[in-house]
Amino acid sequence: MSLAREPLTKATAIQLFKSLYLARRSEEYIVKHYPENLMRTPMHMSMGQEFVCVGVCAALEGKADVFASYRSHAAFLAQTHDTDRFFSELYGRTSGTGEGKGGSMHLAAPDQGHILSSGVVATQIPVAVGAAFANRQLKTGRTAVVFFGDGAADAGVFWESINAAALFKLPVIFVCEDNGYAVDTPREARQMSKTLSDAVKPFGADTYDDDSGDVESVYGLAKEAAAKAHRDGRPAFLNIKCCRYLEHVGIGTDWNWGYRDQATVEREWIDRDALKMQRARLAKHQVTESAIAAIEDEIDKAIQASVKRASQAPIPTPDRLHAGVFHEKA
Amino acid sequence: MRKLDYAGAIREAMTQEMERDSRVFVYGIGVPTWSSIFGTTKGIPEKFGKERCFDTPISEDCMTGFGLGAAIRGLRPIHVHIRVDFMILATNQLINMVSNYTYSTGGKLKVPLVVRAVIGRGWGQGAQHSKALFSNFTHIPGLKVIAPTTPSDMKGMMTAAIRDDNPVICFEHRWLYWAEEDVPEEPYEIPLGVGRILRPGKDVTVVGLSWMNVEARLAADILAKRGVSVEIVDPRTLAPLDEDLIVDSVKRTGRCIIADCDWVDSGFSAELSARINEKCFGMLKAAVKRIGFAHTPAPTVRELENEFYPNAKTIVHAVEDMLGLEAANLDGEDFFSHERRFRGPF
Repeated sequence: MSLAREPLTKATAIQLFKSLYLARRSEEYIVKHYPENLMRTPMHMSMGQEFVCVGVCAALEGKADVFASYRSHAAFLAQTHDTDRFFSELYGRTSGTGEGKGGSMHLAAPDQGHILSSGVVATQIPVAVGAAFANRQLKTGRTAVVFFGDGAADAGVFWESINAAALFKLPVIFVCEDNGYAVDTPREARQMSKTLSDAVKPFGADTYDDDSGDVESVYGLAKEAAAKAHRDGRPAFLNIKCCRYLEHVGIGTDWNWGYRDQATVEREWIDRDALKMQRARLAKHQVTESAIAAIEDEIDKAIQASVKRASQAPIPTPDRLHAGVFHEKA
Repeated sequence: MRKLDYAGAIREAMTQEMERDSRVFVYGIGVPTWSSIFGTTKGIPEKFGKERCFDTPISEDCMTGFGLGAAIRGLRPIHVHIRVDFMILATNQLINMVSNYTYSTGGKLKVPLVVRAVIGRGWGQGAQHSKALFSNFTHIPGLKVIAPTTPSDMKGMMTAAIRDDNPVICFEHRWLYWAEEDVPEEPYEIPLGVGRILRPGKDVTVVGLSWMNVEARLAADILAKRGVSVEIVDPRTLAPLDEDLIVDSVKRTGRCIIADCDWVDSGFSAELSARINEKCFGMLKAAVKRIGFAHTPAPTVRELENEFYPNAKTIVHAVEDMLGLEAANLDGEDFFSHERRFRGPF
């Protein structure tokens, strides 16, 4: 259930639309160009569920330390909007987030608040708890936010982390991007609890559930959760229902796998797609169709420019293989 | 100079670094409690408070990720495991996360994390409280691994480890905690990656790991009475390894015995042996010999423990074999046993 809240300002509505559009169009670019085999890194696409990261990151106004899973694209772009380093990393260039050594699953721009994303389910979760501890000790005023799928809640370390954050009174924002599947295994085959929130609550976290599929709802929820977490010194658990439009890994659809029904997914999710919903909302804010088109055009051009810069950036030289295993003192 | 034991050397290095740098903190299961990890954290909670010295849930996986998160966001954690066997629960974070985030972010993240692991034989500790597992960690690029033997080495290397911007795993054999020697009071660093000749000799090189340097010293004393001169080399840091020091020693003596307190099969001794063969081939007067645990789980009953764990006797007989000497009667010699705490010096 989403809570009734004041409508957001026009400026915020536009900001959310831009961020959603950036993530969607960046991935549409990937879908189109992946077959060229120049972005040689396994991609776990965010498409369909971008509104979760977009809503949460916007709510924290740049003051988030973001930890993400291998489904990293939307989290990275929602937090950084940095398509230059994003595409450079996917193309394996020295100008990428990890000079090509990380790839899609290991995006990191700590200077912009995207600390790391990780390729092993749930591994990023405890790291966020430690970051929250550092933020408290060093009084940075930043909020540790961790994104993960409902599959990560199968893992022991998820529960250890909820417990540790509550025990240490740390305002970690745990965000479950609950798309209902671990690859193609449904939640019912993996978890006994009625809802994850029911199971999490007794550990001492505040829980929030949202099945609206609406970026503005997530934005409001995250604002409320972060404020309460900081005020009360407690972790927050946000369970946001969402839908992954594409296959678990890769750019294709998976309707022929037999684990979910295309018509049902279209009716329940794609027809009320968060980006479409937000675009329609701009019209209600008296943003004209031509103004919306201008916003879209500007973002499209920015993506094209980033891709061009990435393709012209240097490929790492062979000597870079052995460089940087250890951090050298400057 | 005053005498300090190995546990005191750890405690003093941590205390001095915590005084010097407010970002340093120490945590782990049982760390601030009365037992204080063999005395290594004694007095630290009172001095630095609960935010800088704290206990944790029995959640090694989570609490290792916690250390990583704290490290990459500006703190300098020291995470303590009272048995390396329990640190197995932390290997997902150590191997999948801690070891590679500097590399895969092109150096954007640094991980100044120290992980202390207590190893070794105690009193009937059996199969789950007695391992060393050096090679499980030296196998992984991006982790520094140290196993100091003497109190003065420990203090300098612990200080260096805390100041290092990379993850360092420190193995501490529990029988070393009571070893005493002269240790400088002021803070000092012994650089990681530099080994040490513990005892110069000319007939055979014994490369000792952690506790086995104590056994090697006993063996060298016994062999000296027969005119055999043993050189003992302590790598101190296992990764990155001071290969040159070991290779130079073996080139001089032409013979090498590796004495490990770990399993031999696929163990760190295999790595050492391979490197010595690569670098000293043609100069060896005998094949490199490895000494370590029997290839069984650790038994509990003392009589089988004595078969399982190598000691000075094992080293003496290996040297005799290598030099073609008759096996000496060792009945009159005084060997180490659990009931007799080793107090050093080396």
